[in-house]
Amino acid sequence: MTVQVTASGLALRAEGVRKSYSKRVVVDVDRVELAPGETLALLGPSGAGKSTLLAILGLLEKPDAGQVFLDGRPVSARDRGARMQMAAAFQSSYLFKGTIAENVAYGLKLRGVSRAARASAVAEVLDRVGLGGWEGRSALTLSGGEAQRVALARALVLKPRVLLLDEPLSSLDPLIKSRLSQDFARIIHEQAMTTVYVTHDQNEAMAVADSMIVMRDGRSVASGHVEDVMGLPPDEWTATFLGSEAPLRGVVTSSADGLLGVDAGGPVVYSTGELEPGTRVIAGVRPEDVLLFEAGAEIPRSSARNRFDGTVVDLRLWGVMYHLVLDIGGARVASHVSRSSVREMELAEGSPVQVVFKATAVRVRPEAAAHGRAGTAGSRR
Amino acid sequence: MAVFIEAIVTAVRLMVGGSPELWNIIGVTFQVAIVSTAFGIVLGAPMGFAMGASRFRGRSVLIALTNTAMAVPPVVIGLIVMMILSRQGPLGSLGLLYTVDAMSIAQTLISAPIIAGLTSAAVASVPYKLRLQARSLGASRVHEAFLTLREARLGVVAAVAAGFGAVVRGVGAVMMVGGNIEGQTRVLTTAIVQEARRGDFGLALALGVILMAITFGLNGLITWYQHAGERWERGASA
Amino acid sequence: MLAFRLRFAVFRRTAPALLVTPALFALGACAGAVPEPTPDDAAAPEPVEVTNVIIASTTSTEDSGLFAALVPAFEDAYPQYRVSVVAVGTGQALEIGRSKDADVVLVHSKADEEAFVAEGYGEERLDVMYNDFVLVGPPADPAGVAGGADAVAAFTQIADGARAFISRGDDSGTHKKEMNIWDATGITAPGPWYLSVGQGMGEVLTMASEVEAYTLADRGTYLAMRERLELDVLVEGDERLFNPYGVIVVTGAANLEGARAFASWIVSAEGQEIIRTFGVDMYGEPLFVPDAR
Repeated sequence: MTVQVTASGLALRAEGVRKSYSKRVVVDVDRVELAPGETLALLGPSGAGKSTLLAILGLLEKPDAGQVFLDGRPVSARDRGARMQMAAAFQSSYLFKGTIAENVAYGLKLRGVSRAARASAVAEVLDRVGLGGWEGRSALTLSGGEAQRVALARALVLKPRVLLLDEPLSSLDPLIKSRLSQDFARIIHEQAMTTVYVTHDQNEAMAVADSMIVMRDGRSVASGHVEDVMGLPPDEWTATFLGSEAPLRGVVTSSADGLLGVDAGGPVVYSTGELEPGTRVIAGVRPEDVLLFEAGAEIPRSSARNRFDGTVVDLRLWGVMYHLVLDIGGARVASHVSRSSVREMELAEGSPVQVVFKATAVRVRPEAAAHGRAGTAGSRR
Repeated sequence: MAVFIEAIVTAVRLMVGGSPELWNIIGVTFQVAIVSTAFGIVLGAPMGFAMGASRFRGRSVLIALTNTAMAVPPVVIGLIVMMILSRQGPLGSLGLLYTVDAMSIAQTLISAPIIAGLTSAAVASVPYKLRLQARSLGASRVHEAFLTLREARLGVVAAVAAGFGAVVRGVGAVMMVGGNIEGQTRVLTTAIVQEARRGDFGLALALGVILMAITFGLNGLITWYQHAGERWERGASA
Repeated sequence: MLAFRLRFAVFRRTAPALLVTPALFALGACAGAVPEPTPDDAAAPEPVEVTNVIIASTTSTEDSGLFAALVPAFEDAYPQYRVSVVAVGTGQALEIGRSKDADVVLVHSKADEEAFVAEGYGEERLDVMYNDFVLVGPPADPAGVAGGADAVAAFTQIADGARAFISRGDDSGTHKKEMNIWDATGITAPGPWYLSVGQGMGEVLTMASEVEAYTLADRGTYLAMRERLELDVLVEGDERLFNPYGVIVVTGAANLEGARAFASWIVSAEGQEIIRTFGVDMYGEPLFVPDAR
């Protein structure tokens, strides 16, 4: 599905929103844009201002400056009609005392929906979140995962124009979390609901979102399509936060048949794309896409265009994998390698290795356009 | 010990015997307590809600004032109300002194700060994000307030009970502004004082037993309500 | 009665003077526990064991300020005693005497006092003094009783006009006096104009002033509060309105010596003289007439 984007066609837009608490700036973001049906992840470490930005977009907090637009119309926290078109779920589910049905029906009741219509809407949405028939249970007896499903149902049942989810999974244990994040992604996309999703977990963001804004100290440091931002973080901090290395900087030296050669200060890296030779660019490759072979080993036949002799500069644990920083003759890339591979290859700082990655895995952007539009609507994965 | 058993027996006999004087005293006691608790809720609950649930300029001053008001001895409140309602006082022309209305006014001033203070504490225990959650589902400020009070309802009920209890138990203020007039403004506590003064300790104690029975009954009712509510929240299923 | 016993146990304690009333003695004595020597035994000052005498009396007596004049004089004469006054209603005062929580009773309800002695709770009733009651009411006097000297006629007029009348209603001596007069009028079932409030004289006078009602008051309390009341004396001088006070030593009192010393002192020439002059400087007239024989 491709969504045609014009400024007026945006479901949600914010401009120049700023918010401070006792002189500390917590949000200072120039632009946020969501096309109808798009899911935007707000990603960043804790304290980056994600939740505050979400509250501003959801008309729950008044910004000190800036303006939020819903379907092109300027709206504010005072505008209850606009608020009625939004619904949120938070990290702690904040269920109200009472039954699950009473919780889910809360917003419907505020909208004057009749008792019968409420009951059928509640039953339907509970079915969808996997809690069919749980209407009469007390909301305070639920496990964390069940409570989050109810919290999601309570927002979904309103069929909001914009759905706001603030770390809806981060208080759950990993197993439930991964299952629920897939469920949430499926439900959100089935509904084709415009969604803002706050998380500090890039995997969750990848699973759910179309586009993302990476936030740091209240500011947007990277934004765009999820795969673009993840594949080519614009600076070192963002790259480190997202688990890769700082982008390579270089100049296009050749461009033929959709294949670009980029001189990255020593090594020439091949990528796909169409750019004039001489263009200054940044380039990057995700660590997952970088393969390692022992020095001197025979490399299996493959289409991978980029092959370098390199050295391990740094290696550290990254979750269950090792994060290796590799020097490929004047430029650095990262690779994620399993623990057993590190053991087998006896990798350590200074180990010589062969570094291999495909040209299609390398993302290149002209330096000037390094900072893409936040929340660009793009084609769905 | 015998004297206490005697008092309980007397109390039961009085209740069963149904002397019109006693029923009148109990009736006035309840009338004053219910009216002043109701007004205490009307005044105290919104104030308590504001103190507990929102941040505004002067909030800490208001909290300090409420705490002070909770600590003012009832006789002082009685004295102030008496001076205001006295013929020489600013509201003397209303002719309210030594009436049930005067008692209700004084007792309202006693119950309102208690209800406000305890409501504030109960409401403050409801997380701010829960209200944000309600707001995000389309709640207005009023909806939000009601939801918060509903969430804190066990605490709010305890606050109201404390207000009612203080009013039912109080003696200083009602004695001063009510005057303990037989058949008109006499309540259980002032009757107890009077019987003790005239040396009929047995009757005074019997009236005390009746008052305690009322208080115990009320507390039992509230405890039952709180337990039932909690049991349901924690363990019930459809 | 446990509570009362506990309370009075505090008064009853026998203790060095300094512990009992540190402030008073700290002013008089310079050497701590040794009291000021009296002229008689100036040569050999010995620490005197001071014991407490508890007098149960009525609020109206206490409110008149009479004890403030009597007690220091008695204590000067008998330095071995300190006096505590428990001011309650007549009924309660006699009740405290019955339970021996007080050593002496000084009240003004002759029939009850005689019964108290007859039942063996008291040793002997001695006349001390009398004061009189007055019918007070709003200066406007809607019942038109002003200037009369017949209490029964005045009460009848108030009842006939259904004018507000406040009764102590607390079994006090004043209340009993009032009931005697109502009995004499033959009125048995008063209407809503009759307000029985079960409170002390001071409270009742305040209430009467506030709601423009009549009431029967002892002259002492009325005079002491006159400035703050909008009440005039309307009827006085009727013999029915006289109010005799008696003193009774409680049989088997904890401090029997002290009790007897107080009772015989108050009917002595010295005690009677203090009563005769009490109140003249403040109210321009004496509040009590001593009548000990």
